[in-house]
Amino acid sequence: MNTPMSWIKAYVPELDVTDEEYRDGMTLSGTKVENFERLDADLEKIVIGQVTKVERHPDADKLVICQVNVGTETIQIVTGAPNVFEGAKVPVCLDGGKVAGGHDGKKTPGGIKIKKGKLRGIESSGMMCSIEELGSSKDMYPDAAEDGLYILKEDAPVGEDAVAYLGLRESVFEYEVTSNRVDCFGILGIAREAAATFRKPFIAPKVEVKANDDDVNKYIKVDVEDTDLCPRYCARVVKNVKIGPSPEWMQRRLAACGIRPINNLVDITNYVMEEYGQPMHAYDLATLKGNRIVVKRAKDGDTFVTLDGQERKMDSNVLMICDDEKAVGIAGIMGGENSMITDDVKDMLFEAACFDGTNIRLSSKRVGLRTDASGKFEKGLDPNNASAALDRACQLIEELGAGEVVGGMVDVYKEVRQPKRIPFNPAKINRLLGTDVSVEDMLSYFDMLEIEYDKANEELIIPTFRQDLVGEADIAEEVARFYGYDNIPVSLPSGEATAGKLSYKLRVEELVREVAKFSGFSQAMTYSFESPKVFDKLLIPADDSLRNTVVISNPLGEDFSIMRTIPLNGMLTSLATNYNRRNKDVRLYELANVYIPKQVPVTELPEERMQLTLGMYGEGDFFTMKGVIEEILTTAGLDKKVTYDPNAGKTFLHPGRQANVIYDGVVIGYLGEVHPQVLDNYDMGDRAYVAVLDMPEIEKRTSFDRKYSGIAKFPAVTRDISMVMPKDILVGEVEEVIEKCGGKLVESYNLFDIYEGSQIKEGYKSVAYSISFRANDRTLEDKDITPVMEKILKKLGEMNIELRA
Amino acid sequence: MNEKLQKIKEEAIMKIQEADTLEKLNEIRVAVLGKKGELTEVLKGMKDVAAEDRPKVGQLVNDTRTAIEEKLEEVKTMLSTKEREAKLKAEVIDVTLPAKKSIVGHKHPNTVALEELERIFIGMGYEVVEGPEVEYDYYNFEALNIPANHPAKDEQDTFYINDKIVLRTQTSSVQVHEMEKGKLPIRMIAPGRVFRADEVDATHSPSFHQVEGLVIDKNVTFADLKGTLAQFAKELFGEDTKVKFRPHHFPFTEPSAEMDVTCFKCNGKGCRMCKGEGWIEILGCGMVHPHVLEMSNIDPNEYQGFAFGIGLERIALLKYEIDDMRLLYENDIRFLKQF
Repeated sequence: MNTPMSWIKAYVPELDVTDEEYRDGMTLSGTKVENFERLDADLEKIVIGQVTKVERHPDADKLVICQVNVGTETIQIVTGAPNVFEGAKVPVCLDGGKVAGGHDGKKTPGGIKIKKGKLRGIESSGMMCSIEELGSSKDMYPDAAEDGLYILKEDAPVGEDAVAYLGLRESVFEYEVTSNRVDCFGILGIAREAAATFRKPFIAPKVEVKANDDDVNKYIKVDVEDTDLCPRYCARVVKNVKIGPSPEWMQRRLAACGIRPINNLVDITNYVMEEYGQPMHAYDLATLKGNRIVVKRAKDGDTFVTLDGQERKMDSNVLMICDDEKAVGIAGIMGGENSMITDDVKDMLFEAACFDGTNIRLSSKRVGLRTDASGKFEKGLDPNNASAALDRACQLIEELGAGEVVGGMVDVYKEVRQPKRIPFNPAKINRLLGTDVSVEDMLSYFDMLEIEYDKANEELIIPTFRQDLVGEADIAEEVARFYGYDNIPVSLPSGEATAGKLSYKLRVEELVREVAKFSGFSQAMTYSFESPKVFDKLLIPADDSLRNTVVISNPLGEDFSIMRTIPLNGMLTSLATNYNRRNKDVRLYELANVYIPKQVPVTELPEERMQLTLGMYGEGDFFTMKGVIEEILTTAGLDKKVTYDPNAGKTFLHPGRQANVIYDGVVIGYLGEVHPQVLDNYDMGDRAYVAVLDMPEIEKRTSFDRKYSGIAKFPAVTRDISMVMPKDILVGEVEEVIEKCGGKLVESYNLFDIYEGSQIKEGYKSVAYSISFRANDRTLEDKDITPVMEKILKKLGEMNIELRA
Repeated sequence: MNEKLQKIKEEAIMKIQEADTLEKLNEIRVAVLGKKGELTEVLKGMKDVAAEDRPKVGQLVNDTRTAIEEKLEEVKTMLSTKEREAKLKAEVIDVTLPAKKSIVGHKHPNTVALEELERIFIGMGYEVVEGPEVEYDYYNFEALNIPANHPAKDEQDTFYINDKIVLRTQTSSVQVHEMEKGKLPIRMIAPGRVFRADEVDATHSPSFHQVEGLVIDKNVTFADLKGTLAQFAKELFGEDTKVKFRPHHFPFTEPSAEMDVTCFKCNGKGCRMCKGEGWIEILGCGMVHPHVLEMSNIDPNEYQGFAFGIGLERIALLKYEIDDMRLLYENDIRFLKQF
């Protein structure tokens, strides 16, 4: 929403504030000014001049030498403008003045300084200006020449300020109007707010339509069949329409709002739409068959040609304006080509209606046509505004001599919207705001806002244009706005104390993040939605349940169309980004959800499972990753033995370098080297390792509780064993034997050597462990340890493991 | 005897003084005081001394021993000190040689910002909670006073799974879950991912984070809202930060406001960061709409409360002067290392 200051002042004549004061005041009272522009920002020393003499330039064919009367003197100006003539009145920028831009319409920030000088040897002490040089355009000043100086009207007063004469002594404000303030999408609404903000009277335009003695009902009959979608339909008839340009004052105001002046009828419609926020439409009365307007829904499959010449498809939820035989307009959106006003129009029907906002919004979406009018209607307009706006338009038609308004108005308005009543409870308002605003002050704000107070019933009567005021909280906001948000005191909530804390889940996540961080991993964040092609990239089989996903019905594109069921794509993409930017030794982690549908297609919320995903390339290997996992588990208090099952069955991992992480007999995650084919798919060389931990499983077992178990008082005894075993026996199996056979006395064990190669027979490996025994009540002796060692060795022997001395 | 002892003493002390290493000193100690040392020899000769003279001679021997030992100790201390000094001198290193770096990762800037927010609000007694990211339309819209066909639904460019389920467009949905639990008073913040159908560019992302705040109690006022958020702004942006509340509109709060803070780069003078305005918009807030309370079975005549919503990325971008939102989701290690 844009408004020129002059238009606001037209209804708040006593308003006397600077642009900055206006911006700040309006913003603080709730009509946020996004920015404002002074149309005369870079226009200095520009007056109305009259060319008194034009002579050829002796040394240049395209230049002429002009004598220009600028009121106080006559100056000589050399110009190349093709349209200059003796007697022309033009804007003249004097020596030392400034213009806003070049003749090509491009504005120069800070403006262009005009100085006295010589043009091809001839003195020139100023510049005659085109409309572009004044910072505007032919669009906004349709009477400007196609190319050349802006020739002013013959009665323009020589020597006067040309900028003011052209209506450029103006500031245009742009607002961010919130969707609830439908009334503020019109100048009158903004002006009301301005009046209340600056405590000045608001003076509404006086609307009077003289009209002729004829009766509109003789010309038109209106039937609204679908009253649910059209609460009110007003129509007036104008005879003997005379199309021509609108007056300058109207053109200037429209131009300042950024609306291009077209002709008197279009301009009046636009003017009233700006002023009242009420769209209107004009039909050529001669095209309406049967002197009738019928407002009804279209039929599925109907087509209709709008006034822009496009054929459009309708459906049974689109409301149409029809005559006896055919549709003549899409209600609230756009009129039809078949009934539009042409230069040959004689009589016309002027419509101002109120349509259901939601229906217009949805229809406009389906039809694929959003117009200024539909943009207004879809907010849901006040039906009481329709007749006022229509009368205002007819008044302007009369004032501008654009036609003869027929007496009377057709007004189909079954249920007249009545002002709402809201109980007035000042104590409650103060209790909500934490203020102590007096009843008198509150009533004074209401008075400015045209809200009446019914003292007997202790009720406020809300004007229908304030559709946003529904309940007491809304009234509290009105009080707050005009008391001033700034003036409301500042305090902190009292009442019962509450303990501030992270939820348990977040606390576990924080702990995991810390370990990841101090293990060298940096935190990544990637999108939750991705492409279904990801599954192919990860070599996930076609029938894998991971392919059952939560699908977005209106995605930004296929690449963002499914919610991820596996977190690796984001990680691998991020690693690849780093890899291809030649970043060395990268370690990343992400904590984010996967979304597991409970059924496909989805009918209830999917399960959201938080996953810790670790990924790295460069320094480190499988066992580095394994170490990080164990550190995380230990820190989280998962202090039982973690086991690793190499048969994890992950297609996206190296078949010989992957494992499920098992704790308490439950798979809580997996790790491995990324399959080289997958690396290729992500455009990565090198080797990369990933690990995923399922956080709900971790969280279930996390403990922040610690118990001191004493520090060993008695010495440990260590025994080393050295073995040669077939390669396919896992050291994990050896460790299992040590633990099981070793019993309580085994304190720890440590693999200190592993070797495969020339000194060991083919298919075998040598493995050496150091086992540490300790009791917490005595010093162990040989007789304690020997039987245990024998048990271990015997069991290992049974597994086809050869023991070495 | 006396003279002999005197001689031993003098010679020993002289040698001790000449000794220039701890080894030489030790040799002297052995030669004089050792088992076969000179003084020990003298002591062995005690048997030839007349019985009545023995205490006197014994005393003399002891005195001599003490004198030698004292001297030995004195020189030993001196020599040790000298030796240590020499060692320290030899061990001088070039402290400007490169450090052996610990491999430590970095937090995502969103997390750095979030942890600051959490620290502030936890300190004020707020609990940090979460809610689902894929959400029922009811929680994301309807229960927040945004009924079916409300234009706000369009404004938020919602991603739909079906007509009942959406990707949440705001963490405000968590408000409803917390209120429905029926445990009052409530002081919570709810950080999390939200989704809106915005194409990716320098200032937009279809997935970003919000932090929702909700306080409900019997006497919570708009003044409390102002005080709480002003306090928050000071903690986050510095003690001198001023705040400004502008009326605004959100369907689920009434009265509603947007909060601006004085630009923390120029202190409100106007700079590029605040586009010359001196103020930066930080969050939306307001008093919880009575209808919203009612829908979650809280009696608006007894309880009132305030809510606020903060864009986490907005805070991170502003506070860490990150000029392109896409950097947050690329995970380039050179970017992450700066946090």
